[in-house]
Parts: sequence; C-alpha cells; structure tokens
Amino acid sequence: MANVSLRSLCKQYGNAAAVADFSLEIADGELVAFLGPSGCGKTTTLRMVAGFVEPTAGEIWIGGKEVSRLPPNRRNTGMVFQRYALFPHMTVAENVAFGLEMRHVSSAERTTRIREALDMVRLTPLADRYPRQLSGGQQQRVAIARALAIRPDVFLLDEPLSNLDAKLRTEVREEIRALQRRLGLTTIFVTHDQEEALAIADRLAVMHDGCVQQIGTADALYERPANPFVANFLGKMNFLAGRMADGHFVTARGERLALASASPQATTLGIRPERLRLTDDAPTRDETALPVTVDQTIYLGATLELRLKSAQGEMLVAHLQNTSRDEASRYAPGRALKACFASTDCLFFNA
Amino acid sequence: MTQTSMEPSGVTGDVLRLPAGGPRRVPVAKWAVRAGVTLIYLFMLSPLIFVVWLSFFKDAIITFPPSGYTVSWYLNAWRNAAFANGFLLSLQLAASAAVGGVILGVAASLALARYRFPGRRTLGNVLLLPLVVPGIVAGIATYLFYLRAENAFDVDIVGTFGGLVVAHICLTIPWTMRLVGASLSQIDGTIEEAARNLGAGPLRTLWRVTLPMLRPAIVASALFSFIVSFENLELTLPLVGPGKTTLPIAIMQYLEFNLDPTIAAVSAAQILLLGIVMLITDRFVKLSQVI
Repeated sequence: MANVSLRSLCKQYGNAAAVADFSLEIADGELVAFLGPSGCGKTTTLRMVAGFVEPTAGEIWIGGKEVSRLPPNRRNTGMVFQRYALFPHMTVAENVAFGLEMRHVSSAERTTRIREALDMVRLTPLADRYPRQLSGGQQQRVAIARALAIRPDVFLLDEPLSNLDAKLRTEVREEIRALQRRLGLTTIFVTHDQEEALAIADRLAVMHDGCVQQIGTADALYERPANPFVANFLGKMNFLAGRMADGHFVTARGERLALASASPQATTLGIRPERLRLTDDAPTRDETALPVTVDQTIYLGATLELRLKSAQGEMLVAHLQNTSRDEASRYAPGRALKACFASTDCLFFNA
Repeated sequence: MTQTSMEPSGVTGDVLRLPAGGPRRVPVAKWAVRAGVTLIYLFMLSPLIFVVWLSFFKDAIITFPPSGYTVSWYLNAWRNAAFANGFLLSLQLAASAAVGGVILGVAASLALARYRFPGRRTLGNVLLLPLVVPGIVAGIATYLFYLRAENAFDVDIVGTFGGLVVAHICLTIPWTMRLVGASLSQIDGTIEEAARNLGAGPLRTLWRVTLPMLRPAIVASALFSFIVSFENLELTLPLVGPGKTTLPIAIMQYLEFNLDPTIAAVSAAQILLLGIVMLITDRFVKLSQVI
C-alpha cells in the first residue's frame, strides 16, 4: 500500500470546472470518503486518480511517484465500480485471475492468490460460476476480490453500494471496512450517502460544485462544519437568519436569543434538531430558550420529528428519541413548549 | 414482509376467479391467433416450398399438376460447369467478403462508438450507404471507378477475384456495423475500464474483453455478410470477367435460354446450403438473441 497525494487537482470541461483546486494527502492505510451530491466532482476526482480522466492541471502522486499522465493500466490502482463491471464471459475465478495474468503472475501463484482473494469475500465455492448466475451482492464481492487480488497501491470504490438493497448495503459496507482495516488498504470511497460516508471513513472530503468544502473526521465535520452546505449535507440543521446585537442573536423575524457568538458578523445561527431540548420548565444556566408551539408531529418509529413554530413565526425542527409508547401523544400539534439549547451547541456562519 | 406479500396474492386469486363466467372466450382467441400465425408462416415460406417442390417435377416445361417426379434436374445442374464453378466462386467470394467485411465493420463500429473525431457522423452514414443505394447503381459506379483505377495504376481490377472481394466487402460492412454497433451500445463501458484498471493495455482490453463480449453480434454479422454476398446479383454483374461468374449470374444467364426445373434445383441447393449455415451458426450463438 501507499500514500496518495492530490496536489491542486483541476478538471475543466470547456468553461465549466468539474473539479477545482483539490488538494488532499491520504495516509498509508487510511480510508477517505468523497461525499457530495451528484455532479459535485467526486467521481471525476476518483477517475483522475484511476487514470480515466486526464487532469487539466495539478498532480497525482501514489506512493511517492507521480502518476498524473500515466495510463490507467500502469497505475496499480484497484477499482470497484457502481455497476460491478464484471467480465460477463468469464467465470468468477477468471475475473479474479485477469489482473494477475496482466501482471504475468506465474500460474501456480495465480491459483493461490485467486483462492486468497475469493476467501476474503467468502466466495470460494462460487469460483466456477458466471457473473449472471450471482446476486448483486455476490457480484460486488467478486469485483472487490478482483480489485484486491492485484494488491493495488490504492483501493478505489465508486459508489460501490448504491446498486444494492438497503440491508445488503450495510453488510457489504461493513465487509469492505473490515477488509480495508485488516489489509491496511489506502482507500478512496466515493458516495452521495452521508450515513455511509460517516460510518465507513477515517476522514471525509465534502464536495459541492467541483470545490472541496471541508476535509476532516466525521465528528469534526458534524460538530464544526465550515459552512452551511456542509452543515446541512451531513445530518440536518436548523438555520435561523439574523444578526448579533448586544449579546443577543436577533432573528430576521425578531426573536431574541441570549447567545454570545465568537463572531459579531454572524448572520446565520445553526442548531442540530437533536440538540434541542423540549421542556415546560425554565432553561438551565447554560441554555437559551425559545418559546414554541408544536406545528406538526412526524412519527418515524425510533425517532419523532417535530416541526415547531415560534411566536414570531420562526420554524425549527426537533428530533426526539421515541422512548415510550405515549411519547408521540405528549407532543400533539398545538402544544406550547420551550425549545432549549446550549450556546455550545450553536454554530454561527456569516455567509 | 411475508404477511404483506401473501395477502395480495390471495386477493388476486379471488379476483381472477370472478370473470370465469365466459370461460370459452379465451381458447377461441388463442386458436385464432395460432391460425393467423400459421397462415403468415405459410405465406412467408410458400416461395421456398414451391421452389423445392418444382425442382422435382418431371416435365421440362413446368406444368401443373406434374406428370411425375424426378431428381434428374439436380444431376443436370451438377453437370453444368457454369453452375458448379459459379457455386465455388460464390462460396469463396462470400467467405472472403464476410471475413473482410466483419473485420473492417467491427473496426468501424468501435471507432464510431468509442471515439469522437471530426466527420464521425458522415463516416457512419457513408459506410451505411450500400444499404440504400440500388445495387445496379453501385455496381456500375464501382465498375467505372475500377476502370479509372486500372488506367491510373496499370493493373487489372475488373473481372479479378480481388476486385469482386473489395466490392462485396463494401456491400457487407453495413450489416456488421448495424449488428455490432447495436451490441456495443448495450455494453457497459465500465467493463472495459475495469480491464484497463486491472492492467490491460488498450489492445489487450479489445482482445480479451471487448471482442469476446461482441462475439454473438460478430458471428451473426459474419452470417449475414455471407448470405448477402452469396446471393448478390446486381452489384456483381458489371464486375465479373468472362468465364468467371458467380452462382446468381450463372442462374440468370441460364434463364435467358431455358426455363426447366434445373433452376429450381439450383435454388433448392442454395436454400439448403444457407439453411445449414444458419443452423450451424445457431448452435454457437442464439441468433434470435442478437437480431
């Protein structure tokens, strides 16, 4: 395995920048997820690392060697594609053998390495099947075995789970993570699914419109998002527009919240729905309170989502654990409450 | 999950049983469809059936009903040098044209499907032209072109086997392009990318991954090219030399002076040959899946 270094990577299509000035150091054995909505440039970046897209500017280094202009077959990356991309005319074992043949691995060693790779994904009994005889989850595991059999410097996954159904998705995801940890694979994992990215990655790079918005660990991005886009893309966020005035945040509709912000220029206050405490009592010393009434209660099973409305018409969403059977009935629409939150849970943006 | 999936099936079962009041209607419709299909097949096959039947008629001048049956027309055809040589020439020509046309047609389809270059659309349309230009026009145009080329390069082209093969390759290329092009557009391009990713260069990707995936379309293309070339008359007519004719031309020349069932026998033999080629091909590639 090897470290990967992306240095000011750019990709222009005509006047449109698909990827703009992307720099990132990925340590040996680290799993970084590229996360963002479709068209944000995450797949283009991955394809530049694999060699399918030539960067307009910038450099790609894998294991201390610049590969920016090398064709894909000379980069030693192992890629897993969204639609599996297995060779339909070859058996499972032949699919796995392909990369080894291209590397002129001797046939004796090839046999052991095919077996090793298939054992890793627990598919050895299906070695002689053809891809069309396998389920989607099995096919994707063959693709993983095929990509890893060549012992790549970097493991690249392009939305590998999005063609699988929900239950299988978690299963294959955990399998990928376990393999990645055990083999110490330097990995780039592209996804549009924030939960998937949070669950699997050591670090995440959130992208939007070709630009990297923020790079960091899951909790850093969740707790200290750099901008409203990241805040809203990872989990949900209540945003209140307004401004700071004498130690209060005054919302656009005129609610006054006793909060101190580090930045007097703050124009937006963000608070996570699960960080709202709903109570009839007065707020604690560290908290500020906004009187609200329940507008709507959405029953989601494990959680309740409440739409709350303040006297001045500010809207907030709160998430509560559905801890008892009568929990939902306690928050019937029309009920008046106080939405309390600690100033330490607040985020201020001035964008 | 199990519960919800079982409930609807029980419900539909009841619904299906309800309109069983008029149960006779369904078989009648079914038989009507079958009869219709049979009639259409008979209509389509009738020329084949009649040709084969006629080839066994005893009378030299075709009369109906025949006074008896004989196989002597087959012997007659076999003894006729024009037919025997024409058959061999057509066989060689069709095989060469099929091989050449498939190689060039596959190359052209790959270029058109996988690369963007100026004049791409025009090239695609030009290569498909033999499908729309009348054969006799194409034949005369090719003839005139060959004459000029003969003058320019001082070589014989008209009347040579090489000249015929080149003309027939142009004739067969569109068939390969249609079939292989359609198949290429169905193939997931990331499969080829996977091969590149695993260390295969462009040529090895083509040879080990792309071409094997195109195999059914390529086999079908070869079959169609063979048939189109074998039975071509109009394009070939101006290009053959004296004493060197293809089977369709030999048949036409024979028809100018004779009207006995020998022609039917030759045609029946030709039908048999092409039928066998199709059956053999079908064992390797299910033709119904490609076309």
